[in-house]
Amino acid sequence: MIDLLLKNASRSGVEIDKLFDLITFLVGFWFLLAEAVLFGLVFRFHRSRSPRALYVSGEEKHQKRWIAVPHVLVLLCDVVIIAGTMLVWSHVKQQLPPADAVVRIGSQQWAWVFTLPGPDGVFDTPDDIARVNELHVRSGAVYHFELTAQDVIHCFSVPAFRLKQDAVPGRLIKGWFAALEPGRYDIQCAEMCGIGHGLMAASLYVEEKEQHARWLQENAAPPRELVAFRFPNP
Amino acid sequence: MSVHAATLDHESLACRRCASGIPAGRLALWWVVTSEIVIFGGLLASYLLFRLRHVSWGEEAAHTNTLAGATNTLVLLTSSLFAVLAHRCATQGDGRGASRFLRFTIALGGVFLIVKALEYTGEIHHGYTLLRGTFWSFYYVATGLHALHVVAGMIAMAVVSVGAGRGRQLQRVELVGIYWHFVDVVWIFLFPLFYIAK
Amino acid sequence: MNAVTLTPPPVTAPAPVRGSFWSRYVFSTDHKVIALQYLFTGMAMGVLGGLMAYVFRMQLAYPGESVPGFGVVSPGKYNSLVTLHGTIMIFWMAMPILIAALGNYLIPLMIGCDDMVFPRLNRLSYQIFLLSAVVLLASLAVPGGGFGGAWTAYPPLSSRGIWNHTPLGAPLWLLAVALEIVAFLMGGINFITTLMNSRAPGMRMHDIPIVVWMIVVASVLFMGSVGPLVAGAVMMLMDQVAGTAFFDPARGGDPLLWQHLFWFFGHPEVYVVLLPALGVVAEIITVFARKKLFGYRTILYTTFTTAVLSFFVWAHHQFVAGIDPRMAHIFTITTLLISVPIAEMIFSFIATLYGGSITLELPMLWALGFLADFLLGGVTGIYLGSSGTDIYLHDTYFVLAHFHYTFVPIAVIAGFAAVYHWYPKMFGRHMNKTLGHLHFWGTVLPFNGIFIPLFLTGLAGDHRRIYSYALFKELARPELQQLRVFATICTVIMLLFQTPFFINFFYSMFRGAKAADNPWRATTLEWATATPPPHGNFPHEIAVYRGPYEYSVPGRPVDFWPQHEPA
Repeated sequence: MIDLLLKNASRSGVEIDKLFDLITFLVGFWFLLAEAVLFGLVFRFHRSRSPRALYVSGEEKHQKRWIAVPHVLVLLCDVVIIAGTMLVWSHVKQQLPPADAVVRIGSQQWAWVFTLPGPDGVFDTPDDIARVNELHVRSGAVYHFELTAQDVIHCFSVPAFRLKQDAVPGRLIKGWFAALEPGRYDIQCAEMCGIGHGLMAASLYVEEKEQHARWLQENAAPPRELVAFRFPNP
Repeated sequence: MSVHAATLDHESLACRRCASGIPAGRLALWWVVTSEIVIFGGLLASYLLFRLRHVSWGEEAAHTNTLAGATNTLVLLTSSLFAVLAHRCATQGDGRGASRFLRFTIALGGVFLIVKALEYTGEIHHGYTLLRGTFWSFYYVATGLHALHVVAGMIAMAVVSVGAGRGRQLQRVELVGIYWHFVDVVWIFLFPLFYIAK
Repeated sequence: MNAVTLTPPPVTAPAPVRGSFWSRYVFSTDHKVIALQYLFTGMAMGVLGGLMAYVFRMQLAYPGESVPGFGVVSPGKYNSLVTLHGTIMIFWMAMPILIAALGNYLIPLMIGCDDMVFPRLNRLSYQIFLLSAVVLLASLAVPGGGFGGAWTAYPPLSSRGIWNHTPLGAPLWLLAVALEIVAFLMGGINFITTLMNSRAPGMRMHDIPIVVWMIVVASVLFMGSVGPLVAGAVMMLMDQVAGTAFFDPARGGDPLLWQHLFWFFGHPEVYVVLLPALGVVAEIITVFARKKLFGYRTILYTTFTTAVLSFFVWAHHQFVAGIDPRMAHIFTITTLLISVPIAEMIFSFIATLYGGSITLELPMLWALGFLADFLLGGVTGIYLGSSGTDIYLHDTYFVLAHFHYTFVPIAVIAGFAAVYHWYPKMFGRHMNKTLGHLHFWGTVLPFNGIFIPLFLTGLAGDHRRIYSYALFKELARPELQQLRVFATICTVIMLLFQTPFFINFFYSMFRGAKAADNPWRATTLEWATATPPPHGNFPHEIAVYRGPYEYSVPGRPVDFWPQHEPA
């Protein structure tokens, strides 16, 4: 359903969208039912159709059933949602599938610094590629990210990936994502981080395997002006 | 206006009724204590969460003055005894006795503050200031907040003891006593957490 | 300025009024006057918060253009406007109107008493509240501007001036919130003690009107949850002004600690304002359906359950904040469980309508509007309580639309329901019906027009607190911008339609049709005295003989049986 507004582009997003649809189905049913009953009762028992009210305490057993049965049903729906959400959460946030590559994500007021290990696949070597507000990844590969913040709390969010994780200064937070299709996607900061919060945009480029390898080769030597943005070691 | 307010305060229907069986003043004071417990609870829980994660804080805590802390524990416990004695006098209708014991309590509160001030001075001289580290920030904020409560209690007791000395509002002796015991109990938590646990 | 000065002397006041203007309306200890002081202050702050919403909605619809009546909205101003809007609407609008104004006005009247147990404490509580509002507004005028770190004030952004660029605004904002908390703690202690001790003879636990229960449970909830935030505020203030590092990880602190302390209060706070609103709805639907409340005990016990459960759900605001991912499971379960008692309560309210004899008077319209709109706010909460979907929805406009679908029904719709319902008692006159209908439809329809589009932009990935989407290609699409413009137009319409209310409110105070003592033919005790009630409320001591909702009792000639009428 979210696909209609913003197409999903990552592996974990598929599950999140399915969970969203499940919840929409369950709560949509209750919402429509409750609204229908509410408006139906107001119409049916308007004074013009019901001049004298009944005396019902709602404390008798057979009356309480009208609340107790929906109560149990709501609880059942809750259990279904809880089971679904626990599954999705553990897949997306708890278990990290084996990584094809790792990316370090640094954040500061008000920019993102993405560091890829370069063609040799090892960090802290001269061919590391650090880029400001620009992340290039390979389509289909599982990326682990290591997220930090230098000053205040930021939040790494890629809406098309259904991916969101706060970057907390003093902590190194790990997570994963895997892009489904090549393309360009928005990266946003999703946590108020000061005056430039609205400016903290970045781009995520998902590339096919060959294209990405070529990009890595071409950019292996860091441009001199970016050396200052070293990944902070917490 | 004040006359009107005063009549409402003491003779209103609201004050004459006592559906719970507990006098309104005592009831309200217990709710004050409840709200204070969650404030100190929040502060001490935060401290404990830090402490459990930072073993090194034990070394920092070694530099607090345990002797001063122990003295102050003794001073506060003794002052609470006087608060109880004041309450006993008040229940017997002896306002002047209650007033006298309350003044002893206030005096011991003063002793507590003096010891505290000497202790702070010593620590600051040795470089253990508010900004030395988070342990010391917690130490000064927690004990400082407690000291503010001691000062507030002393002021409240001064007001009550003047009234009690003239035989007025004797029920207030008990209320101020409850508050003072609460301040005492907070110290009973602060002492082991900041002074004993090294 | 003190809005109460606008109140004329009550026309039908039976008791001779003593004292000067100042002692009667400004420094009065009468709970009704204090209630009106809170009401007027809350409404004034609400208007201010609404105007702030107008400014930043205009910026979102027409980014970068000068907003009529304000000027160009810079990023810093935008941040401080959204921060102040949130803070004001919760602490200076919802709480004073729903808890302080209603609690002060209704508790002594509904339990058949002459005043609060501590009237002078009550007056002091209002004065501190007023001071807090002044400090808050002053924080906008200091060099550096008002605090812009969002109403949640996450450190280290909020704790250090070098990052938030409001070295004076931030501590003043925090101080204002702290003073407001002090005022409500005083008020809460007064409410609880008054209910526990000063009920009229014969009033047992189950004879207390639901709204009184709700306000008092809310006060207990507030008292129990706010402590850690006070402790946190002390630490934050030390970080801001003394340079300590409780929340600064670079020097040994922990920023997540604040989030726990804040949300441990922040989530119960939702119920602190929700419960009184539900209480108002309970009172109104029983009167205008001429029905006994369906399952008084069920509602009461679900209230207690909700209150207790609300202490164990806070971390659902922090699913993606870097907490241990295993914790998310626990908080998902507790959060979804809390939907059960609330759903049960709403079901009971709807069931109350069954078999009723419903008249759609203005208060009833607002109460039904509350139920219809709050339902959407309630069910969308499930998406956010469930950790899996919250990964995507966290801090998007979906969250924003969700909590506006709870808070607007709570604070605005239920607040207006209460004002329309008790206005005749407060001022002795009726409000104009035509203006009232204009106001109702002009508020409820645009309200839905604002937030349904925002649900959609949220699902499309709009994050909150971003002053312009120009930099985000996925969000700068014209169809999304059209939704934003539509929401902004609805905001302006909704704000404009508050004018009939204020005209009605002040005009009817002088010229409205005179109201009888019990115009709605209701059963609770506030209708058993003169309209408006004199200082001291009841001419003689009143006793209670039955529960609060004895409507349409079989075998009785009239369809209501007041609580104070001997059998």
